[in-house]
Amino acid sequence: MTAGTAGTAVTAEAPGTDAADAAAQAAREAVFDAAVAADERIEPRDWMPEAYRASLVRQIAQHAHSEIIGMQPEANWITRAPSLRRKAILMAKVQDEAGHGLYLYSAAETLGVSRDELLDKLHSGRQKYSSIFNYPTLTWADVGAIGWLVDGAAITNQVPLCRCSYGPYARAMVRVCKEESFHQRQGYEALLALSRGTEAQHAMAQDAVDRWWWPSLMMFGPPDDVSTHSEQAMAWKIKRHSNDELRQRFVDIAAPQAEALGLTLPDPDLKWNEERGHYDFGPIDWDEFWDVLKGNGPCNDQRITKRRQAHEDGAWVREAAAAYARKHTGQHGEAQA
Amino acid sequence: MTTTHTTDPGDTTGTTPAAPAADPAVTAAALALGDDALVLAQRLGEWAGSAPVLEEEVALANIALDLLGQARVLLSLAGDEDELAFLREERAFRNVQLVEQPNGDFAHTIARQLYFSTYQRLLYAALADGDGPLAGLAGKAVKEVAYHQDHAEHWTLRLGDGTDESHRRMQTACDALWRYTGELFQPLDGLGLDTTTLEAAWLDSVTAVLTRAGLTVPTGPRTGAWRAGAGRQGLHTEHFGRMLAEMQHLHRSHPGATW
Repeated sequence: MTAGTAGTAVTAEAPGTDAADAAAQAAREAVFDAAVAADERIEPRDWMPEAYRASLVRQIAQHAHSEIIGMQPEANWITRAPSLRRKAILMAKVQDEAGHGLYLYSAAETLGVSRDELLDKLHSGRQKYSSIFNYPTLTWADVGAIGWLVDGAAITNQVPLCRCSYGPYARAMVRVCKEESFHQRQGYEALLALSRGTEAQHAMAQDAVDRWWWPSLMMFGPPDDVSTHSEQAMAWKIKRHSNDELRQRFVDIAAPQAEALGLTLPDPDLKWNEERGHYDFGPIDWDEFWDVLKGNGPCNDQRITKRRQAHEDGAWVREAAAAYARKHTGQHGEAQA
Repeated sequence: MTTTHTTDPGDTTGTTPAAPAADPAVTAAALALGDDALVLAQRLGEWAGSAPVLEEEVALANIALDLLGQARVLLSLAGDEDELAFLREERAFRNVQLVEQPNGDFAHTIARQLYFSTYQRLLYAALADGDGPLAGLAGKAVKEVAYHQDHAEHWTLRLGDGTDESHRRMQTACDALWRYTGELFQPLDGLGLDTTTLEAAWLDSVTAVLTRAGLTVPTGPRTGAWRAGAGRQGLHTEHFGRMLAEMQHLHRSHPGATW
């Protein structure tokens, strides 16, 4: 975007008077609006409305937190994975999630916040993470169901973000989406192996899909008529599609995949609607959604306690790294904490 | 460091053909080294989600994945990787006792990594230089273990020469694990290499790192109450059975299933 240079010129024009300030402000906003309208990318040095900045910080931070908390339900099965191949795939996936957390915190930092600040907000409950990770992984098949459904829903949400108006976020999403698609295929393939395996394995896969289906649909957020941030986010081209649109897109993709897997989805109302050219599906239990969001899901306490614990247990390590870096500045540049 | 997995990490076909080796001594050696890598990978896998910084989530998982990859190639030389990993009991595992030691705090994990990766780096470098049956595998693995050793060394320096607390913890960890290091150099048939010859270089390398970190090189015995070499004969510490119970439970619950 070109707003940066234009914005600077305007600011320099007439400092001091209220009228001139207001005019400068209006000019900056006009440049920003024009850039968004022209599908140009907003970059860190460009002027942007404070509300746009705050909205992005909130969304990117939540996204980063989701990657970090999202490691837990899957890491729960690393030590118990049933074959060495599956163990390697799962370890690689959890490692990728930590990497995604890193890219996303970096993207958030371009907006003038620090990773420490954001982690502090996560630990104190002032910032949220995706409600999906408050559900427990009770069997090995849950790892497959998370890959297929949860990553599938995440990709549906995130692919449009690759065209988001804020450059650093859009670029992070390009990289994240590539890896997520890979994970999703692996999850699908793991479920397929179970579905085609022994009777017990098939039952395990079905049970997992039964438990993860509705929470996955909730990942798209509240229905459009009650979604508080949606309208503004779409005007700013942070979001490109409404929650309900994306949810429908996901159902349309997942329903035939379930059939190919030889598994059923736990929705008696799910059926193809010729007229709409979409699958119809049953009502979502929004009470459960809001309840989980408020902290009353099955694993909310467990997840945040474990995250806080890891952070507290690691404090002495981070302090050591910082002390070492101070002592050896110039000798070894590698301050890690 | 961040690694992007553009290929299936479950795929080992790019490394070494996994045909069981004919020579029983080679098979036994591959099994011993494979068990070392498998068991340490399992321990490092326990860290996922609990590391002190996000960068270490990535690094520890990366090291665990490298080790798991090595284990899969080595176990495949000795037989079926999953049968060997999931259906042997404790007394049939041939790993050294060092790798089965619990993670403890971050300093214990780093001390274990320093001792083990220094050994692995020397071992694989020597194997790669030779023309023995494991030379090909070692040639690839030596690049990985050089990174592991570098990582452990940097953290040993940071912790040893960081704060008073980190210094104390690092010294405690180095002391506690010292008794498990003698076993690393017990003779192992089938490698085409006298492992006892690695010991002097190992001591030099570890001494240099500990000294630079301001730590005292432990002075205690380098073997425990068991005679040295116990792990290689299937005599393990009490921690190991529990670790295996967790690792094997699901696989054993579904006999004959494929995953």
